[in-house]
Amino acid sequence: MSHTVAAPRAAGTPDPDPALRGAVRILTPDGERRDDAEYGGQVADVDDEALLALYDDMVVVRRIDTEATNLQRQGELALWPPLLGQEAAQIGSARALRTDDFAFTSYRENGVAYCRGVTPAELVPVWRGVTASGWDPYRVGMATPQVIIAAQTLHATGYALGLQHDGSDAVAIAYFGDGATSEGDASEALVFAATYTAPVVFFCQNNHWAISEPVSLQSGSSLAGRAAGFGVPSVTVDGNDVLAVLAVTRAALARARAGGGPSFIEAVTYRMGPHTTADDPTRYRDPAELEAWRRLDPIDRVAAHLTARGVLTDERRAAVTAHADEVAHAMRAACTALPDPDPMSLFEHVYATAHPELDRQKARYARYLDSFEDAR
Amino acid sequence: MIVQFRLPDLGEGLTESELVQWKVAEGDEVGLDQIIAEVETAKAMVELPSPHAGIVERLYVPPGTTVNVGEPLIAFRISDGDEPDDAPQPNLVGYGAVPESDGRQARRPRRFAAAPAAAPAPAAAPDGAAAERVRATPPVRRLAEQLGVHLAEVHATGEHGLITRQDVELAAHPDSAAPVPAVAEGVERIPVTGVRRRTAEAMVASAFTAPHVTMFLTVDVTATMELLERLRTTAEFRDVKVTFLAAVAKALCLAAADHPEVNARWAGDEIHRSRAVHLGIAAATPRGLVVPVLRDAQASGLADLARRIADLAATARAGRTAPADLAGSTITISNVGVFGVDAGTPILNPGEAAILAVGQVAKRPWEWQGGIALRSVTTLSLSIDHRVLDGEQGSRFLATIGRLLADPASAFTR
Repeated sequence: MSHTVAAPRAAGTPDPDPALRGAVRILTPDGERRDDAEYGGQVADVDDEALLALYDDMVVVRRIDTEATNLQRQGELALWPPLLGQEAAQIGSARALRTDDFAFTSYRENGVAYCRGVTPAELVPVWRGVTASGWDPYRVGMATPQVIIAAQTLHATGYALGLQHDGSDAVAIAYFGDGATSEGDASEALVFAATYTAPVVFFCQNNHWAISEPVSLQSGSSLAGRAAGFGVPSVTVDGNDVLAVLAVTRAALARARAGGGPSFIEAVTYRMGPHTTADDPTRYRDPAELEAWRRLDPIDRVAAHLTARGVLTDERRAAVTAHADEVAHAMRAACTALPDPDPMSLFEHVYATAHPELDRQKARYARYLDSFEDAR
Repeated sequence: MIVQFRLPDLGEGLTESELVQWKVAEGDEVGLDQIIAEVETAKAMVELPSPHAGIVERLYVPPGTTVNVGEPLIAFRISDGDEPDDAPQPNLVGYGAVPESDGRQARRPRRFAAAPAAAPAPAAAPDGAAAERVRATPPVRRLAEQLGVHLAEVHATGEHGLITRQDVELAAHPDSAAPVPAVAEGVERIPVTGVRRRTAEAMVASAFTAPHVTMFLTVDVTATMELLERLRTTAEFRDVKVTFLAAVAKALCLAAADHPEVNARWAGDEIHRSRAVHLGIAAATPRGLVVPVLRDAQASGLADLARRIADLAATARAGRTAPADLAGSTITISNVGVFGVDAGTPILNPGEAAILAVGQVAKRPWEWQGGIALRSVTTLSLSIDHRVLDGEQGSRFLATIGRLLADPASAFTR
């Protein structure tokens, strides 16, 4: 794998962003599946039925995203970071992982979490503010989402060094955004990963916006190009092409398993929604830009392809929608039924062992709560 | 059953939102997640998806209303028979603690089994509120604990019966009735009220919105002083005290005709230039600074101007200026010279483009016909709003006033 600036892989729909030029693309925005000399073999096994499963994943994840956004508007969640538009980048990469691989993500990777086996009911408690962690990281092979930008790149690299010491061929994958590449943590992680040939994949979703800061203000050159400076090979992929993302991630994972060390993937995609439910992108974003990316929708192109192949019939489309609704309704029911936590549980997971200062704070807080007559 | 939906916190830590538009009407049937309203928060315009499927029973607020988080927005009639009518309403993001039956927060008095004998006499509880609950922030509770003060006995002065730090301190030291912050001995406390407060607000509003530029011109006004001297002996001026200020006002009106751009007001996206000169005259009164207005000053002759200024000042000092006469000036003169000073950097009357400060007229050694002579000299200080005017326009206006005062006969040539 190398950072290649290849000739444009022509497509019927014009690409709205120069970052997509030279990006690996297997499924065009119009739904045409093409071969790729370097990566096509990685997804030769993905037949129509397998692609339909990826389609189902993407539709379900988008439905989860919509439902969670509604739950926030209805006061059931405090906040939600929508992933709308990034379904292919998340599903394509997460479905390339083995169960013993480990994902270290930011807060927006709810699609990755879904693929790792995090149940929708486990996705919402953190955003409802009733728990500090929604799931057992070791059960699903995915750490609790990191809010500190780029910090998880260090966690992934450290975990990968541990895998190396254990003699395991499992791989760590770090998910982060375009803004994170400007952080010191990301640079440190790349340095250590390269130096120790750590089995880690740096998966950058360039969704074009670090909250209100466009990627063009963060870097004058491609983000994938930054990896070369650390001695880490990189590739740019059409992040809205689930097949191409699956292919390049599989290649990077195989390289790491074989002792080849870290890789950097720039998945060029687009955050079609707000940064979070507390953000209003219409205040800083040109609506024409959103419109241009809407034509590259990651789900539409799979639907177009499978429909043209006669696989995605009306019945199957209805079945996928029904599946998505079922997941969303179950998530809503689980969310609204979540009980408020015991206030004293705040102190339970701060330290692994007893800590005198924390004990003092805990006793003090208990006294404070006790000053309310209706408290227990 | 009827279920009410109260406004949740739609951002992170918001306390209110504006209901911009209803997308449904009373009696409409709505589905779960159907968009029912557009709401604008401090952060974003958002669409509200319906939390229930059912019939819209009631819309509590019309469009354009600002609604506090926790206040009712809409009620639904839902056919779900599973839940009893008295099922608990969900406590959504931003509502705060679950309300008790009286709708107040579940705040109760701290339990003190037996008050120490030395406890001070309890302060009067406002409307018996303290008997229901004690409200104080954790740091204030801590302070009370340190000072041995029982919160239940503290008179709360904060919002919604909140006990403040000062309340606790006062309860701990009831003798020291002086409110905090404390001042050093010998320092007098003067409440800021009335004219003082309005002046403060106006000057802050002006000084920190209009970029001020001040320019100075020192002028030999001997010719004007001699003219005034002669006029005082004429019949027209017999019953009026014609002052140097009146002459400056006349010169300003004449100059404003040559430079209409200075008689203007900054109005955001526009500049409002006034044909009439409504001249504000800053007047020191026992109650503070007031600026009564001479309407259409440009239409008055010198004698009339002098008379009007005298009347204006007398009325202002008596505190009888009508409110209408304190508003609507287009340009202002401040006569600091009467206090014996030479110059100043006047702050614009809010919104106006120019203000002229007139210094004292003093005998000074001055260049006169190629030699040094004692002449009557004054300094004019003009502040302009640099949003409306540039230095060039201000300077030309000031120079014109200066020329008229140096050579009042030149007014003939206009």
